Amino acid sequence: MDKEKVKQIVLDIIAEIAPDEDLNDVKSDIRLRDQLDLDSMDFLDIVMELRKQHGIDVPEAEYRELESLDSCANYLLPKFEAGAAA
Amino acid sequence: MNNLPRIVLTGIGLTCPLGNDLPTYREALLAGRSGVSLFPVRNMGEQPAGVCNFDQKKYQKRKEIRVGTRAGSIAIYCANEAIVDAGLDLENTDSSRIGIYLGITEHGNVETETEVCSLFDHYDEDVKYWTHHHNPRTVANNPAGEITVNLGLTGPHYTIGAACAAGNAGIIQGVQQLRLGECDFALAGGVSESIRAYGIFAGFKSQGALASHSDPTLASRPFDQDRNGIVVSEGGCIYVLERLEDAQKRGAKIIAEVAGYRINSDGTDYVLPNPERQEECMRQALANANLEPEDIDLVSTHATSTPQGDEQECKAIRNLFGESKSTLVNNTKSFIGHSMGAAGAIELAGNLPSFEDGIAHATINVDNLDPACALPGLITGKAVTKKGGINVILNNSFGMLGINSVLILKKFDA
Repeated sequence: MDKEKVKQIVLDIIAEIAPDEDLNDVKSDIRLRDQLDLDSMDFLDIVMELRKQHGIDVPEAEYRELESLDSCANYLLPKFEAGAAA
Repeated sequence: MNNLPRIVLTGIGLTCPLGNDLPTYREALLAGRSGVSLFPVRNMGEQPAGVCNFDQKKYQKRKEIRVGTRAGSIAIYCANEAIVDAGLDLENTDSSRIGIYLGITEHGNVETETEVCSLFDHYDEDVKYWTHHHNPRTVANNPAGEITVNLGLTGPHYTIGAACAAGNAGIIQGVQQLRLGECDFALAGGVSESIRAYGIFAGFKSQGALASHSDPTLASRPFDQDRNGIVVSEGGCIYVLERLEDAQKRGAKIIAEVAGYRINSDGTDYVLPNPERQEECMRQALANANLEPEDIDLVSTHATSTPQGDEQECKAIRNLFGESKSTLVNNTKSFIGHSMGAAGAIELAGNLPSFEDGIAHATINVDNLDPACALPGLITGKAVTKKGGINVILNNSFGMLGINSVLILKKFDA
């Protein structure tokens, strides 16, 4: 697992929850909300799909870590690695 | 009644098992074609059901479809179609003056059942996997509210819970709100997504009221001796209603005029119908419309193909209309099954073109007419053309807990 793979996992989830969005040119360092039509319910969907598909729990206080692909990769990579090691 | 504004229908949007627009649906009714098919129902195998196949993406983004409900999608499709049919220019209409009043038999069963089953099947009943979409999907105003979100409408919206009398009840609510001046346009009718909840099929089965037949197209057979229950269907029908004066001012096409209505209650049982109260409801609707029984050209029956319910409604109709042959009687559930909260509105729509062509569609699947249902004007088998045309239709829609609704429409005469 590396950061690029984590970003792809997040993009795959976004493709499911925001199927009308064009994800070909999503910038990693820009807030997802600033470049895609995502609302707070959509972020809850991202959290739910991380839980359902990958067994990763994101506590409410840490939702802000999901604001961009870069921050997602930084925050989630250790969780994926911890999951893989378990 | 005479001092109140006259209310007219100026647009129709519908989806039902026989089509996604009125001309297609009506053509099938006149051809005597059933729209019932087999549908997989959780825990119950394939069941006869009425399934709609409208294009959800015609008016919704894929995300809206994912987040919303099937009833919401049906409502959005019907509302958009009705607005187009009415020639309503939303861009130049004050959206705060458009009210939405949708009849529902129930709402939330589908979404709750789906979520509970998912939790049991995949997540060991751990509620941390329960969707945050559950509450907005299951609030009772959902189907009407989804229309406002889809179209950006800002007037009043709510649903009217009226069991299977709801289609008429939604229209009646729209009429009342227009007369009160609460809105200038009413999007009113009914919707149902009920085929997607197995509990509804299972409930009817336990009650001995679920249709079964080796051929699904023959399963819904009101008035036939071998009828054995309800075919559950989904669908929706929404009308644009306006005050006559407003409709004429904007040069709208007028489809029909609301002549009168009545909603009453049996006050007797949870499930069993009460023909005395049904008759009273029809009688009071006639009084509201200032009409006599002989003025009614066509009675669109509620009959759902249950042994007792059909007989009781026929008793009520016979008591009111006597042996008169001038009043025709038909049934649309024989074609499309029982679309629950949408039934009254969809069944009315199927009959409205008769104001233009004088043709009343039949009741199909009546191979052996039950003598208890042998009303003099009952049309079975093939559509008939009425001498003198069809100028007034009485539309019955009844539901559980003894709610009865009757709506009378007349051909528009300026």
